[in-house]
Amino acid sequence: MLENYFPVLVFIVMGAIFGGAPMIISMLAGPSKPDDEKLSPYECGFEAFEDARMKFDVRYYLVAILFIIFDLEIAFLFPWAIVLDEIGWFGFIGMFIFLLILVIGFIYEWKKGALEWE
Amino acid sequence: MFDLMREALSFLPQDLVTVLVIISKITIIATPILLSVAYITLLERKVIGYMQVRIGPNRVGPRGLLQPIADGLKLIMKETIIPTKANRVLFILAPVLTFIPAITAFAVVPFDYEMYLSDVDASLLFILAITSMGVYGIIIAGWASNSKYAFLGALRSAAQIVSYEIAMGFALVGVLIAAGSLNLIDIVRAQEGSMLHWYWIPLFPLFVIYYLSGVAETNRAPFDVAEGESEIVAGFHVEYSAMTFSIFFLGEYTAMILISLLTAIMFMGGWLSPFQGIPMLEEMFAFVPGIVWLLAKAFIFLFLFIWFRATYPRYRYDQIMRLGWKVFIPITIVWLLVVGVALLVDLGPWFD
Repeated sequence: MLENYFPVLVFIVMGAIFGGAPMIISMLAGPSKPDDEKLSPYECGFEAFEDARMKFDVRYYLVAILFIIFDLEIAFLFPWAIVLDEIGWFGFIGMFIFLLILVIGFIYEWKKGALEWE
Repeated sequence: MFDLMREALSFLPQDLVTVLVIISKITIIATPILLSVAYITLLERKVIGYMQVRIGPNRVGPRGLLQPIADGLKLIMKETIIPTKANRVLFILAPVLTFIPAITAFAVVPFDYEMYLSDVDASLLFILAITSMGVYGIIIAGWASNSKYAFLGALRSAAQIVSYEIAMGFALVGVLIAAGSLNLIDIVRAQEGSMLHWYWIPLFPLFVIYYLSGVAETNRAPFDVAEGESEIVAGFHVEYSAMTFSIFFLGEYTAMILISLLTAIMFMGGWLSPFQGIPMLEEMFAFVPGIVWLLAKAFIFLFLFIWFRATYPRYRYDQIMRLGWKVFIPITIVWLLVVGVALLVDLGPWFD
């Protein structure tokens, strides 16, 4: 059972090599002539000012929170989906009530305008 | 073939041989993927070229066939620029972090009846988990660059990716209900019968949503606001150059191949022949190995990626978020209930 996961682990390591090796080769093979202008952050037509790590719109944060709720819900649905045939109508109605509560929350978000981007 | 290798290496310790066999299998899977990424870039430029009544690249090699190799060499020979304000370690790490999830997902993709690297029972869960990791690379790239454009691009990308991830996850749940298994091999076997047994019919809305979410997840046109050139230059990878940039590129195209393969596996019967169950044609095409069917189906979806890019203008950001949250998620939730009921009443040839 667990030995099936071993190739996956090896693949992750190999993936790091496939990704990392060309970068290292390129750093060695390419020229390196840094100067101040080249190493400054990209800006169009003027010197970069202010810190780039600035305040950002709270909606991105909101999307992240909503994502956590819904992603957990999906993780919760996974085992249910697999055994649905065995647990029958009882399981279906149980999950229906759970989804209904979530959908009520979803409608509330929608009406509150949490999903609006203007 | 691998038994032969095991025998030839039998003088080595058993565990080492096992690892060597796994490594060679991974190489056999990964090399064609990386090569096809190179040639998809050429295909994309050619196809878009012809769609816009141009010829596309035609100088390097016959009909431009060596163009991807020239591009690769050029990118290797260019200077890797790490901005002074950037966080060096994270800056270098970010491209690899976007690339690893995209390629590692292939560890559990079945290519034919007996052709897969590992038969993991929770393979779909693994794919959902590992592809979700891709967003970290983008966030880290945007933050580590310490550039306004990169930062904004990363935020947009991340918000877009996580939004579509939800619709994608719900679509996967629909497949799970229908197949009753997390194992991709079992999912394909459950679709056996004929073309009409494939899940694209009972799960049609989920099929469309899964594929479109895949397009949005990989930040491809028409959902490529994250790198809208005229607006925020190139989004999260504006500060990247040479190979560090190409690894992002590689990751994006590998993810495209992955989405195409998964769509083919989950909704289009994977390696199953489209002529199954049709008296004459089934025997006529019996000699075609399953992997050819799988790759042909995946190629259609890959071609659609390119076609979309040539056809549709870019969506506005608020439209993208509206489509993800207000259209896809409600449809998937409703269709999950439909599929659940269909399973419980043993509907048609799909849910018996």
